[in-house]
This record gives sequence, structure tokens and C-alpha cells, in this order.
Amino acid sequence: MRLVSCSVAAAIALLAHPAAAAETVKIGAVFSLTGNAAAYGAQQKAGVALAADEINKSGKLPGITLEVVLEDDGTSPQQGISVFDRLINMNKVSAIIGPTLSTLAEAADPRAQAQKTPVVAVSNTKPNAITTIGDYIWRVSLTEAQVIPSAVDIARKKLGFKTAAILYGNDDAFTKAGFDVMKSSLEKAGVQILGIQTFSTKDRDFNAQLTALKGLKPDVLLVSALVEQAGSIAVQARQLGYTGPIMGGNGFNSTKFIQLAGPAAEGVLVGTAWNRASLDPVNQAFIAAMKARGVDPDQFGAQAYTGVLVIADAIRQAGLKGGRDDIKAGFAKVKDLPTPLGKFSFLPSRDGDHPAAVQIVKSGKFEILE
Amino acid sequence: MGQQIVNGLFLGSIYALFALGYTLVFGVLDILNLAHQAVFMLCAYVALALVVHLHLPMPIAFPLAVVAGGLLGVVVDRLAFRPLRGRSDSNISGLISSIALATILEALALQFFGPDVERFPFGIVPDRSLRLGDAVISELQLVIIGIAVSMLAVLTWVLRRTTLGRRIRAVAENPVAARVLGVNVDRVIASSFFVSSALGGAAGVLFGLAFNSVSPDMGRTVELKGLAVIILGGMGSMPGAAIAGFALGLLEVFTVAKIGSSYRDAVAFGVLFLVLVVRPRGLLGPAALREA
Repeated sequence: MRLVSCSVAAAIALLAHPAAAAETVKIGAVFSLTGNAAAYGAQQKAGVALAADEINKSGKLPGITLEVVLEDDGTSPQQGISVFDRLINMNKVSAIIGPTLSTLAEAADPRAQAQKTPVVAVSNTKPNAITTIGDYIWRVSLTEAQVIPSAVDIARKKLGFKTAAILYGNDDAFTKAGFDVMKSSLEKAGVQILGIQTFSTKDRDFNAQLTALKGLKPDVLLVSALVEQAGSIAVQARQLGYTGPIMGGNGFNSTKFIQLAGPAAEGVLVGTAWNRASLDPVNQAFIAAMKARGVDPDQFGAQAYTGVLVIADAIRQAGLKGGRDDIKAGFAKVKDLPTPLGKFSFLPSRDGDHPAAVQIVKSGKFEILE
Repeated sequence: MGQQIVNGLFLGSIYALFALGYTLVFGVLDILNLAHQAVFMLCAYVALALVVHLHLPMPIAFPLAVVAGGLLGVVVDRLAFRPLRGRSDSNISGLISSIALATILEALALQFFGPDVERFPFGIVPDRSLRLGDAVISELQLVIIGIAVSMLAVLTWVLRRTTLGRRIRAVAENPVAARVLGVNVDRVIASSFFVSSALGGAAGVLFGLAFNSVSPDMGRTVELKGLAVIILGGMGSMPGAAIAGFALGLLEVFTVAKIGSSYRDAVAFGVLFLVLVVRPRGLLGPAALREA
């Protein structure tokens, strides 16, 4: 019955838009399929392919077929730029999803901006960057500045902490930015900050700082550090007998952290953009569909999948038109779109806006804190 | 408070271990070997490889890595210092060539081991700790402090009481006179490098174990601190280097605790500066400066 109504709808659409009947909208997908970031690229490729297939089968875009043109940026800015040029000028794609890393996006996105080709960043998290390249650059992935405030809020509701201490690297832009966000989110949430200590990126000994902070007896210890130091900090904090919760910035959001910290990683909290455990039917369907294709989805897969949904919705919002400027105009109208990441909208800054979640390390694995 | 004293003594013992080897060639022989930190780093990797790939237990891997460090020191001497020895500007050119060698060794480490931080496998050293009032001290920390103190005693004894020690001091005093008196100067210097780098290597392995982190740039943190410790302790004085190592460790820890971690290095080096102005020969340096 559903099939019949679908095909009827499709037939009506065909009659109504005879010219658009055979329209194929090409979407470029640029991911790091080889090189350092290849682990992320594989997830992103699977997420994009699944989303395009589902949209084409669903008839959500009557008269339009999405065609994904997949390219490998080799985790190299030079290759990223040449792949962007090829997609924009030779393949004439309507929009580009990617590239995987922020550094590559900063190199390649200006090419798309210059040629007025919309880009959807699905994994770039550098705050106050990427979307600042121009009005054709949009972002699905939440930045550090967006994840930490919600993560602090969620953790505070679960753990009920009233006081906190912060340890951060003060000579690195990323960890310093993370600290600024942590401090302001704690203040906003009414959590009293008992003490703040710093370290430098070359430090390996954090005993003095941790002892000083432990002596203040905070309810929670927040740490903004790169993954190399995150592991040592967790180990040393536990060795000194600190038993309270530890909450890390995005630097902790890596299995490398668990590997370096070992048993000391247990119970550590980290914010994340994708709530894997969300019972939202869109999320559940996404996980099931990815698993059916033999892929165990992670945050990168979910964000890439959402990137295609966002483009499809932009095409719909633009009146089923798949030109470059139609899609760009459509992005602005995307509002509360159901995705595996939750209800998705764009902020005026063209950065994505959706709920974040908190992960906790349990038996050597990240799990969603529920 | 108690915990911070433990932290300071522990950090100080790492500085002291690093500085003891450093001061043997710098303070005694007047050779500033800036490749010392590369040996420090490479020995940590040697121990890591022995433990991870050959599955050797730590009590066997540690002495092997220390010997490897000593041999590496001899290589450093042969490559970076010996070809330049006897030139009028050998102090400065040796300094530069040792920087070059350090850079090359670090680049090789980066190539072979990658930029990622590695760690020793869990449970390679017993994870027991002792409680002293409100302070916690791990068995490993106790062992490291113990090793630092005993190395100091052994080295002081070697330098004062053995034939090698007498030869080293003779070469330090006047290489030409030593040669005239039948001392094989090159050999004495090579032996000094062996002992010095073995100590540096030991410090590297213990550092990697203590802080769960081995990386190609791990020597950089300790390098400057080690230099500061030598000067603070008094050039060429082994007990001075050890005392200064512990003093710097305690000073840093208490700066963090009482003033704030952002001022740690500023206070540490400010004190160093003061010592240089008020007492140029350092804590235990020789009373009169040796004539050049």
C-alpha cells in the first residue's frame, strides 16, 4: 500500500515537473581515505553512501537523484585542493561534503568559496574557523566551544557537582580555548571553581598541580589537554589518590587516551557530538542500517550521514532545485531536521546546532553516560 | 604539604640523575654535550623495545638500556667531539656539533617510532604504593629516589678514589700535561662519555616509567633544567648537582602549590639568576675559578 502511494506520488511529481524528471544532483564527498586520518574517512564514506541510497529510495526528493562522487584527499592539503578543483570544475558538483580534517578544510574550502560551491563540513571542529572562510561554507560538526557547555551541563545534572577544579595547558591554542569554554560554562552553571592550575605542552610531571588541586577537595576535576598528556594526567591523578570524577575536553575524545591511561581511564567523562545511545527512531534506524552494511558506526559516520540529510533537506527547502545557489539558500531554512545527531538546525554563523552528549569510559570503552 | 615534599623530592631525583651525567662531561671536562638529552630519550625507547618486542622483564631491560646509553655516549664523543678536539675553538664547535647530532638522533627517533607518545605496558613495574600520613609514594618513586642517591655516591667515589677518576680529573685540569704524563686522553674522555651517557640513559628509562610517557621530544623538558642544576650546584661538583637537583624539584613544586603553576619556570630560573649573581660558583662549586 505504502509502495503504491509512493509510486503514485512519484508519478504525480513526474507529471508536475517533466523537466526535472531525470535530474541528477552530484554531491562531492572528499574524505581522508588514505593517510593519517584514514580511520575517520572509512566511517564517513559509509555514512554518506547510506544516506544517499536511503534518500534516493525514499522518494523524499521527487524527480531528483543524488549521485555521490567520492574522492580521497590522502590526508594532504595539496591533494585536498586538487580534488576540490576537480569536483568543482570538471564534475560540476552542486555541493561538497568534507574534507575530514580542519587543516585540510582551511586549505581547500577557499577554492569552493571562490567558485560559489557550497561545502558542508562534517568533521571539522576547530572553533571560530572553517565557516568564517565564507558564506558558502556550512558546518554540521559541533565545535569544542559547543560540546563542552552541554557536556558540563549534562554531567552536572547526573553527578550533581557544586565545586570544580581545572587543570589546563596554557601554551597551546586548542587547550587554552578548551579551558576558556570550561571556565565560562562552569560559571554559567553556578559551579564554584576552587582552583585553576596550568602546565606546558612539554610537561610530563603533573604531580605538583594535581596535589594542589586535590587538596582543595573539588567535586569534579576538569582537564583541558592534548591526548599525549591527558593519559599521564589521569594516571598521576589516580596515583595521588584522587578518586572523584575527571572530565576531559576534546583531547580526551580518542581511544589513544584509554590506551595511555589504562585502568586510570575508567570513569573519565568526555563530551561528544553524537549520542549513540539515543532512542530516537532516526538514530536507531541509522545504527541498524549501518550495521546491516557491516559497519559499526561512530561519531564520524553519524555526522557524515547527517551531512547528506542536510543537503537533501536544503534541496527540498529550495523547491526541489539542486543548483549550487539553491542549496546554499536552502541551508538557511533547515530547521529541526530529524537526524541521528538529534534535531538539527544551523546557527546564524552557519555552524551546526544540535544536542551534545557525555561519554564515560567503562571497561576500556567509551559509553554514553545515561 | 607532605605530598608536595614527596613530589618535589621525586622530581628532583629525576633532575639530579640527568644532571649527574651532564656535569661529568660539562663541569669536569668542560665539554657541553647537548646530545645528552637525545641519549636520554633513545634509552627510554631501547628499554621500551626490549620490554615490548623481546618481552624482557624490567630488571633485565633496564641495565641493558643503560649499557646501550653508555655505548651511545661513546658514539656521540667519536662523531661530535673527537674530530674537533685540539682546535682552538673546540668548545663552541663541539657544542654546535652536539646540537646537530641531537637533532639528527631526534629526527631518527621520529622516523622510527613516530611522533606519538608511547608508554610502557601496564604492570611492568609493580603498582604498589606506600602511605605516609596524607602523602602517597609509589614503590617506583622510592626506587628512583634511591637510584639517584646511590648513583651520586658511586660517581663521587669513582671520581675521588679510583684510577679512572684521577685520570678524569687530570685531563680536566690540563689535557696536555695529562698526555705528557702518559694518560690516554681520548680514552679517558670516551670513558667519561660512557659513564655520563649511561647515567643519562638510566634517567631516561626511569623518566619514561615514572610519567608513563616516551616520546621523541621527551628530553627537551629536562635539558634546560639539567643545565640549570649543574650551574646551581657548582660546576663539576657531583654532590652539588644532586643537591641542586632536589632543590630545583622542591622549588618548582612549591611554586606551583603556593604561587601558581604559570610562574613555575619563571621562579625556578629567577632563583638560578640570583644564585649566579650572588654566588657565582654555585652551591658547592670550587672556591676559586680555574684559570682558562
